[in-house]
Parts: sequence; C-alpha cells; structure tokens
Amino acid sequence: MSVETVSTPRRFSFGRVAAMCLRHFYVLKGSWPRLVEMAYWPTMQMIIWGFFSTFLYQNSSWLAGAFGVLLSAVMLWDVLFRGQLGFSLSFLEELWARNLANLYCSPLTPSEHVVSLFIMALIRALIGVLPAMVLAIPFYHYSIFSLGLPLAGFFFCLLLMGCSMGMIVTAMILRFGLAAENLAWFIVFLLAPVSAVYYPVSILPGWLQVVAHILPSSYVFEGMRAEMFDHVFRWDLLLASLGLNLVYLLIGLGVYLWSFSRARELGLLLQVGE
Amino acid sequence: MTEIVVVEDLAKQFRDVKAVDGIGFAVQRGETVALLGGNGAGKTTTISMLLGLLKPTRGTIRLFGVDIAKHRHRVLGRMNFSSPYVDLPHRLTLRQNLMVFAKLYGLADARARIATLAKALELDTLIDRKFGSLSAGQKTRGALAKALINRPDLLLLDEPTASLDPDTADWVRHYLERYQQETGAAILLASHNMGEVERLADRVLMLRQGRIVDSGSPDDLLFRYSRQNLEEVFLDIARDRRTAAPRNTETAEHER
Repeated sequence: MSVETVSTPRRFSFGRVAAMCLRHFYVLKGSWPRLVEMAYWPTMQMIIWGFFSTFLYQNSSWLAGAFGVLLSAVMLWDVLFRGQLGFSLSFLEELWARNLANLYCSPLTPSEHVVSLFIMALIRALIGVLPAMVLAIPFYHYSIFSLGLPLAGFFFCLLLMGCSMGMIVTAMILRFGLAAENLAWFIVFLLAPVSAVYYPVSILPGWLQVVAHILPSSYVFEGMRAEMFDHVFRWDLLLASLGLNLVYLLIGLGVYLWSFSRARELGLLLQVGE
Repeated sequence: MTEIVVVEDLAKQFRDVKAVDGIGFAVQRGETVALLGGNGAGKTTTISMLLGLLKPTRGTIRLFGVDIAKHRHRVLGRMNFSSPYVDLPHRLTLRQNLMVFAKLYGLADARARIATLAKALELDTLIDRKFGSLSAGQKTRGALAKALINRPDLLLLDEPTASLDPDTADWVRHYLERYQQETGAAILLASHNMGEVERLADRVLMLRQGRIVDSGSPDDLLFRYSRQNLEEVFLDIARDRRTAAPRNTETAEHER
C-alpha cells in the first residue's frame, strides 16, 4: 500500500491576498449605498467642525493662529476610526456570510488574510476620508493637503494603529463570536480622550498623560499641531508614533494568531457566525 | 492502493464531553467512505479535524502522507469540502464567489474551470445571480461547485444532500459518482441519509458516542445484521438492540 505525496506550496502568496481583496471589491462594487455610507460620516463631521472652526477663528486668538487645526484633527481622527472599522468590518463580512470555514479550508493562511484586511482598511479609509478632505477646499478654503508630506506620515501612522486595533477586535470576535461585534464600533472611541485629538497632551491630568504617551495617535496629533502652529515638522514625534505602532502591530498580530489557534481548539471556526 | 487519509487514535474532548474517542481509519484513492451515526456521534467533529478547522485532543491525521498537525497548508490545495454549516457570501454572484475561490486555490484557468463547472452542475443560467437569491437546492449545487473548483483529490462532504428534494439529491449523487470515476478522488461522507450512504459508499463507519462501533461495506453490514436496509442497521446500532454476526469478510486493519 503506497501513500500519496505532495509538493510544498508557497508559504505566503500575494495571489491569495489579491483573491481576498477581490472578494471585498465585489461587495463594494455591487453596493453603492455602502460607498456613500463610508464617505457620509466623515463628510458630515467635516462640515459641522468646519463651521465651528470658522466661528472660533473669528472669536479665538488661539485658533486664529492656525485655521483648520480642528478640521485637520477631525479628518485625521477619521483615518484612525475608518482604518479600524475597515479592518474589522471586512473580517465581519466573512462571519455574517458564514464563510470563514470555507476560507480557512482553502490554502489561505491567517497572515495572508490579515494582509488582505490591511489593504481593505486602507481602501475603506481612503473612500471614507478623501471626499471630506477634498470638499473642505471649496467649503472653507482650507486644504489639509497643504500639510504636505507630513500628512502622508500622519495618515500612515493612524492607519497602522487602526489596523492594530482592528486585529485585536477581530481576535475578540473570533474568540467570543458575534456577541463581541459591537467592539468594532466603539472600542476606538475609548482612546479618543487620551489621543489628544483636539487639545495638547499637557491639558490632560498627569496619570492620563502617561496613557497618552503610550498611544501612537497622541504623537500624530501633537505633530500635526506643531506643523500647523509652529510650522515645524517634528521627526521625533513621527518616529515615536512609528515605533509604538510597530509594538502595537506585533501585539495585534500575536493576539490574532493566538485567538485563531484557540478557535481551532474550541471548534469556533465552523460555528462562529451562526 | 494509495492511502489518501490515514487517521490513528483520533480524539477530541470538549471539557467533559468526548466528541470523538480514539477512532482510526483509512481512505484509499477512488474510495468513498461514509461516516454514519446519530446526532452527536462525532461525524462533523471528525470532518472538522480532517479539514484542520479543529485541533484534535490526541491522535494523528495524515492526508496525502502529510501530518496535518505540522504541515496543514501543504495539503489544503488538494482537498475541499462542502457542509450545511457554512455558506458563501450572499451579496456576491455565484460566478464572483467561484472566482474568489479559484484564485485562492491558485487556478490558472479560473474562467474555464468556472464555465466547465457551471455547465456540468447545470448552473449556467444562475451563474450571474447573487448567491443569496438562489433556492436551497441551487445553493447546494453552488456550494458543490465551490467544493470542486480545485479538482480536489480528497472531497469531504458533510450531509451533501441535506435540504434537497429527492430529484435534486439524486442528481447530486449521480454527479459525485461521475466525478469520482473521472478523477479517482477519495470521498469521505457524513450523512444521515441511509439511501445515500448505501448508494455512494464503498465502506461505512458506524459511529456512536465518538467511537467506531462497526464498519464494513453496506452489503457486509446488511448481511451481518440480517437486515434489509442500512436504516435498520443504523437503528440496531443506535439502540444497541442487536449484535452483528462475526465478520466473515476481510476488514480494514486501521478501523478500530
């Protein structure tokens, strides 16, 4: 009696990552209300905060120093929120469709799946915030693109943090099922007060400043204010944010892989979504 | 004979419940083996462990000679499955769903393969419809198309004709027989449908409370239990009301 043998496939395949992105493109392409919804909230936020900024600009010497600081903060905050949400929702789509077992019985590896979720988070964040960023120009004669290259750094850092949060959220959903779904919607707001989005870290009480200093997002918003008020690009803040993001990414990936392993022990991959 | 599946002392325990309790069996190329048992007998748990979706508490599974505890990803491209416990994204058309899986399995001829399957499974007119808009029977055929997209050498089917009307169920069985004849694939089947098992299976593993309590070809089981059909054999075993006559046929050495 003989035994069949197999050749070793590639451990990481960009083709499989592309297949997962294709799956989400099909969803987005076939549903224009989803596209509108993605851009709707960031645009509404931009409009409300834009008018508020205009009012403060005319009545506040602080804001007169840099019109658009609140608008920029709002739009960059949405990068973090949309990044996290884009990552988590792309994963949730598989649970809602009861498709996770199909995917993980195919040659798709967890790391390929995570990379495809990163790409979808980037695309969803761009779909969400780009219209708001562009519309701010005719509405308020303010262009966030005037920040120049630092904007790309801020965007990248916030997206990375959003994806790290997304990995932790999806790990929780994988472990505890759809009961943990609401985490995707509110967990990032827990970090808003200590991310120093609209005010400097120095405003926070001492013990909260410690918390703020271990968040990559607080360095981004401090860096944004330094750029807008002082016209100084603070490399140190960007590097601190990138360094912390690296730690967060490793933690997020570790938690996701641990959760995946636990799901295989408990038989959750077949049950989750029901 | 070529062994596609070799399972030894496989067990899975969830807290105090022994879902699968030390089973062993083998499946050869071109063979159809059915797991038959009542609810909670361990059929789906066994298939989940073979797919690598569930980690065994103990025991080994070798697929194509590869220990899947160590090298699961080496064999996933050569197998596929279908189960009523999973679904495909409803917002995608059947073609889009099949295209995604064709790419996940790395098919170079994805379009041609989808066209072939659509024709063979009589899905031509449904291929561009949203998966969610299909009837239960159409979805089952669509799921079967997904299970066959990579021309698997090992097909794991959990209740493949559940929710199908008798005509469609018969059609699916006929198709599976043809696929196996053409490709020599091994099929492991879990089913409650005794007629289906009698028709498709070369060998039946009778499961009860996570253990293989008997096995043999459908004819062998009918002979030894002196019954007319597998349903009666199933009830004898499930209710522990009759003992089989000693085997007079050769039995597989792996089965315990």
